[in-house]
Amino acid sequence: MSETAIRPKLVAASAGDRLRKAAPLLLAPVMALAGLIAIADPATWLTLTVAGLAMGLMIFIMASGLTVVFGLMDVINFGHGAFVSVGAFVGFTVLAWLAGWTENPAVIMNLAAVFLAILASMAVTGVLGLAFERVIVAPVYGHHLKQILVTMGGLIVAQQLIHVVWGPDAIHVARPQSLRGSVIVFDAVIEKYRLFAVAIGLVLFLGMRHVLRSTKVGLLVRAGVENGEMVEALGYRIRRLFLVVFMVGSALAGLGGVMWGLYNETITAHMGSDLMVLVFIVVIIGGLGSIEGCFIGALLVGLLSNYMTFLAPKVALVSTIALMVGVLMWRPEGLYPVVKAK
Amino acid sequence: MIDRLLSGDRPNSRPLALVLIVIALALAFAPFLFPGTKSLDTAARICIFIVLVASYDLLLGYTGIVSFAHTMFFGIGAYGVALSLSALGASFTAILVGVLGGTAVAGALALAIGLFSLRVKAIFFAMVTLAVASAFAVLVSQLSTITGGEDGLTYRIPRVLTPAFKLLDMRILDVRIDGRLLAYYLVFVSALVLFLGLLRIVNSPFGRTLKAVRDNAFRAEAIGYRVIWYRTAATVLSACVAALAGALLAIWIRYTGPATTLSMEIMIDILLMVVIGGMGTMYGAMIGATLFILAQTYLQSLMGAAEHATGMLPLIPDLVAPERWLMWLGVLFIVSVYFFPDGVVGRLRSRG
Amino acid sequence: MADPLLTLSGVHTHIGPYHILQGVDLVVPRGGVSVLLGRNGAGKSTTLRTIMGLLKPSRGEIRFDGRLIGGTPTPAISRAGIAYVPENMGVFSDLTVGENMQLAATQGAFDATRLSWIKALFPPIATFWEKPAGTLSGGQKQMLAVARAIIEPRRLILIDEPSKGLAPAIVTAMTRALGELKETDTTILLVEQNFAMASALGDTVSVMDDGRVVHAGDMAELSGDAGMQERLMGLSLEVHQ
Ligand SMILES: Nc1ncnc2c1ncn2[C@@H]1O[C@H](COP(=O)(O)OP(=O)(O)OP(=O)(O)O)[C@@H](O)[C@H]1O
Ligand SMILES: [Mg+2]
Repeated sequence: MSETAIRPKLVAASAGDRLRKAAPLLLAPVMALAGLIAIADPATWLTLTVAGLAMGLMIFIMASGLTVVFGLMDVINFGHGAFVSVGAFVGFTVLAWLAGWTENPAVIMNLAAVFLAILASMAVTGVLGLAFERVIVAPVYGHHLKQILVTMGGLIVAQQLIHVVWGPDAIHVARPQSLRGSVIVFDAVIEKYRLFAVAIGLVLFLGMRHVLRSTKVGLLVRAGVENGEMVEALGYRIRRLFLVVFMVGSALAGLGGVMWGLYNETITAHMGSDLMVLVFIVVIIGGLGSIEGCFIGALLVGLLSNYMTFLAPKVALVSTIALMVGVLMWRPEGLYPVVKAK
Repeated sequence: MIDRLLSGDRPNSRPLALVLIVIALALAFAPFLFPGTKSLDTAARICIFIVLVASYDLLLGYTGIVSFAHTMFFGIGAYGVALSLSALGASFTAILVGVLGGTAVAGALALAIGLFSLRVKAIFFAMVTLAVASAFAVLVSQLSTITGGEDGLTYRIPRVLTPAFKLLDMRILDVRIDGRLLAYYLVFVSALVLFLGLLRIVNSPFGRTLKAVRDNAFRAEAIGYRVIWYRTAATVLSACVAALAGALLAIWIRYTGPATTLSMEIMIDILLMVVIGGMGTMYGAMIGATLFILAQTYLQSLMGAAEHATGMLPLIPDLVAPERWLMWLGVLFIVSVYFFPDGVVGRLRSRG
Repeated sequence: MADPLLTLSGVHTHIGPYHILQGVDLVVPRGGVSVLLGRNGAGKSTTLRTIMGLLKPSRGEIRFDGRLIGGTPTPAISRAGIAYVPENMGVFSDLTVGENMQLAATQGAFDATRLSWIKALFPPIATFWEKPAGTLSGGQKQMLAVARAIIEPRRLILIDEPSKGLAPAIVTAMTRALGELKETDTTILLVEQNFAMASALGDTVSVMDDGRVVHAGDMAELSGDAGMQERLMGLSLEVHQ
């Protein structure tokens, strides 16, 4: 080998650069702290914080697919909410079939019923995602205006189909026995279901992180978000990868729908499109295409919404918009702008 | 003369011109051609929606950006008039104050949203407007002490515009010449002026620049146009016109509430009307609004009949039930975006 | 010359409304380095992108090893044995150096001898294996980009201006590395504005201007003929250094 003039030289990230990356991580704790100061009563604060985390994590589940789909193929799906609604209705149907299990006091039976409901709705919404991608999204690649219009049309049709199948009225969803009621922790009343939602949300987040960091598909997704052309030039079919991601994202939205249905105990055909407002806020705050940003954004929105519902209920939704405006003033492309090649 | 009025933007197709003339004449003489409260109401709504949809087309078709806040601006205009009529009493001064106030608020809000979210990526705009409009709708129904909440506001309008006012003591073609008729012509003439004004805007150098920006923002920026300014200006203009349309609605139906002005359903209706009529054509707004509102008013009873007729078959009755018409519109919408992005106007033009 | 590895005949490429390549004829013989020269905006990068299938040719034929590949999707072209080092290097800055290499090893695992050869060729690859590629310097990114292209044996490697923006010492090292790569059974199509590098490596040369190839011949002939250089390089007097 030739002696080379190439000397390894460590290009250390500057301190400022590292702070830039880390700063958003501090936002959620800061928000929690601010909430504590504003609310003053620790027990109430704890109740609200758990509620906020539960809500944030459910929104994260719904939003994660949307943001990755955007990052990977520059596709923005305004019909994403349809998967949330369909997921909720399928989950409800399964839970209704399994009424024997959900009314049973045994925790195992209850959890089994919920997991079956989740599996079924993820399967249905995953397949629906496949159809949606093929029929509705595929013909309008690279054309944002048409994408928005066409996916909006898909949303309308999907909501109407829910009306056809399940009827036009809101439906009550009963939580399984052991997820009803609350526990008292440090004087704070905490609904059991919220703890359950936090647990599921965290497990999913960690699972997702693992997939994205340590599996080949995960690496390809991250690489594709940054530079899809190069992924193709290395020999991978990004369209197929995208289809998989789209299906997984739809299935996650379906999962989020089941969770949200059990949380609210009521489901409607337009619950998904209503939730899209929060989902979009979260995705924008996080930076379009960024999964970490989406996670932090979701926690922020969940916490803020719950604190504000307590402090000033009339402006709860407006406050999340204010949060979005604030974040965009600080970082115009969101907390973690996705680096795009070119 | 006609050419001047249309700002040189001719329909350029015989069938299209014919359809437009029929619509314009039908609206101009609606009280006499289609007597009856329901027909007159339908005609007035068509006029208002033509303006609303045309102002949306300025954004969607000519500027290439999707907004979900158009009903918000529409609502701001309506609430402006409603609040001012409730507070100041039934007078034209109150209407004027309401119109000016509502339009100014709508314009200012549009300016803020535009400067804020168009700065980064055009795609942000769609999401941001969706979020802001939903929050606004929630806020309006929450602040019930001011806005009447979900129930909305009912108020009186100047007596000259009500049926109680008799302009002439005789009937023309068996139609009473009363305040309601005046109100209709107030709506019709305002709508006509606003529509011709929009036509003028899109055919001005400003309008042509908008199209250049839409077709290739990168290039437009490269030859020295500040893209964001053009986009924001279009946003503000379209918001102001939407607010004016809202004011007309508030005067016409003497009631303003979230369901008639702010709801997402109306936003979707507007989208459907623009796309089905033909994006980026202005005339598409006339055709889209007319077709849609006629269908909304009359087609549903037709579907009811179809539901009965197919009562024996499985599933089909559910699919053709009147409540399902939105689903078919959704399908029609998707199909038109794929296959007829120029809508009815595009079709008619390619024929003639 | 026996049948060439890659031929472009009369290739036209449009980007949006712009007609960029206007009938490119290019022959890349088997083995050795073919250099593509030309001034800024001549269409060199567009030619490589068209070969790679990232842009669809609107007219003309692209033949790789006898097979028509014009209009074939990029992944298929890659799997047919063409690697690509783009002008912007295309490293995934969010991934580590190792992960970048791993994605390039489409077979799933590394060939140990080949990997150690590459690490010897480009020492920073080994040193910064665990580092996010985004933290590398420009020269190191360029090495990673080339390393990625050769981690598996390829028939043809397209390299777009590897010397761009690099310090002279790094250019020298890169030239040496490519020279070593040339000794293996790989054909290289090199876009290069740095004439020193181009003439050190090149066997044949084509010069582009305004979306067409305006000269094709042996590198030695061009290197030795100052007048011809003057005439053709007049087109590309961006020659660095
Ligand atoms: N995306 C694009 N849109 C419009 N024009 C483009 C685009 N990409 C390239 N061009 C034009 O195509 C022509 C050729 O570009 P290309 O990048 O192939 O040149 P090049 O020879 O590689 O130049 P350089 O030496 O600067 O890299 C240029 O005039 C450029 O402006
Ligand atoms: Mg180039």
